[in-house]
Amino acid sequence: MEDLVLLDLVERFLSSDMNSTEKEQFEKLRRQNTELDQLVVEQQMFLANLTHYGERREMKHNLHQVHMRLLDQGTISETSEEEKLPLIIKFWQKNKRTIAVAASIAGITALSITGLMQAFAPKDSQNYLQQLGRKVIQLEDVQKAQSKKINALIDSTEKATKSPDKQQLSGGTSFLIDEDGYLVTNSHVVKGASTLVVVNKGKEYLATKVYDNINNDLAILKISDKDYKAKGRLPYDIRKGTVDLGEEIFTLGYPRNEVVYNRGYLSAGSGFMDDTLSIQLSISANPGNSGGPVLDKNGNIVGILSTRDKQANDVVFASRSINISKAIEELKQDTAHIKLNTPRNAILKGLDRVQQIKKLQDCVFMVKGY
Amino acid sequence: MNYKSEALKAESQELDILEGIARNDSRAIEKVYKENFGLVQNFILKNNGSYDDARDIFQEAMLVLYEKSKQTDFSLTCQIRTFLYSICRRLWLKRLQQNHRYGTPVESLEDVVPVEEEIEEKEKLDMDFTLMDGAMKSLGEPCKSLLEAYYFEKKQMVDIAEQFGYTNADNAKNQKYKCLMRLKKLFFAQYKQAD
Repeated sequence: MEDLVLLDLVERFLSSDMNSTEKEQFEKLRRQNTELDQLVVEQQMFLANLTHYGERREMKHNLHQVHMRLLDQGTISETSEEEKLPLIIKFWQKNKRTIAVAASIAGITALSITGLMQAFAPKDSQNYLQQLGRKVIQLEDVQKAQSKKINALIDSTEKATKSPDKQQLSGGTSFLIDEDGYLVTNSHVVKGASTLVVVNKGKEYLATKVYDNINNDLAILKISDKDYKAKGRLPYDIRKGTVDLGEEIFTLGYPRNEVVYNRGYLSAGSGFMDDTLSIQLSISANPGNSGGPVLDKNGNIVGILSTRDKQANDVVFASRSINISKAIEELKQDTAHIKLNTPRNAILKGLDRVQQIKKLQDCVFMVKGY
Repeated sequence: MNYKSEALKAESQELDILEGIARNDSRAIEKVYKENFGLVQNFILKNNGSYDDARDIFQEAMLVLYEKSKQTDFSLTCQIRTFLYSICRRLWLKRLQQNHRYGTPVESLEDVVPVEEEIEEKEKLDMDFTLMDGAMKSLGEPCKSLLEAYYFEKKQMVDIAEQFGYTNADNAKNQKYKCLMRLKKLFFAQYKQAD
């Protein structure tokens, strides 16, 4: 009970709830009694602490109230934009990771199945694709060839003196089979041409087509120009036997306005699509080489260059020499050409290539069809 | 001239607000809350925090401001906004660190002032509060309500006697002293434990 009285006194003292005499008495007592003094200090501290606690609690309460009020008013917000989004988007955002994992697995599965399919499926489609590619290349080749032809055409028309005032339709190479002006070339070189001009060493001669066989792609021309003078016997023979694989061959032709020499070898005994009337050569040839002589190392005619494989490099086909002989025989049936002789005078054997070419150059003509 | 008077006006407004907060005035609290909560919430959300975290941290910072505003020698050397943001930032980064979730903070463009002292003081006050809260909670009724009525609500003893059903104010007063002594004991017991 005494404690309570004492506490009451202390409290009243602390809250200044004492009259001046009471206060004086109490302070005197406090100075005398250290225990009381201690009690006062302790009580003061504790009450301060308690008051502080109360105020703080009040403040916390107040803050909470303000927070709720502002939330109600919408002044502050505890929902972000994403929570206002439709359910499906919330679901997406919530399960993003899972969905991503699922999608990856699905993707990997799909890819591996595709891989397996490709590994086990027949390769048809791939071949088909390659064919397409080739076609594009073919088109390109054709274009290049055309532009070359056009260029050659422009060049030649400028120079031509005997050329008629017409556009050149075709062009190629031909070579003499008789010193009297008989030339053999490819049928496709002179196809559709009404006027033919043959050129040798810058000299132009008019020629007429005296034989044309589309089946073996051979044509024989006769120089009709009076300017033409025979230059003696032809220096080569038409070889009758077969040519062996790997045998060296060479050709002269007019892929451009200048005569061009090319060298190669016999790569197959038959032509395109197993055509036994042709041989396959590995040689560089371009449009304009058609109709050129194919000669063996001794300078004998083994064939006439006719086509090339557009799909492969240096795969050129030549008509066998026997076809030329046959054509000559056929032409000889005609009485107008009964004097036609097949060349039988192999003088190039043993000469070096430069000498051979020098002699051959006189016998190889450029053909221009108008 | 105009600019200066504007600045002065703003300053006096801030002082008014601080006084209001010291008085625990709801309107002042609401004003500060409105103007600054969004900034703090944004910062905490950007730094791995939740909406609840934002609320907690902001209210803790408001308590720091409240304690500061009550100090007689207190003068704010920066804007309330800067002060609150700095406190919140420090508190939140500290909490992240405690939870081992500390990363490079995503900062906003707000100014920051050093607040280490305030944080230290806050921690001490928090401690006191927790201890008193614990003591109050283990005090039990009717002691707790009696003390609250007298010390917090500042009710007169006569009214308290009536409210709690004591026959007279003296009995109520005696009861209050008994309760206070128990609370003291509980508080200091916890204090020692905490030490």
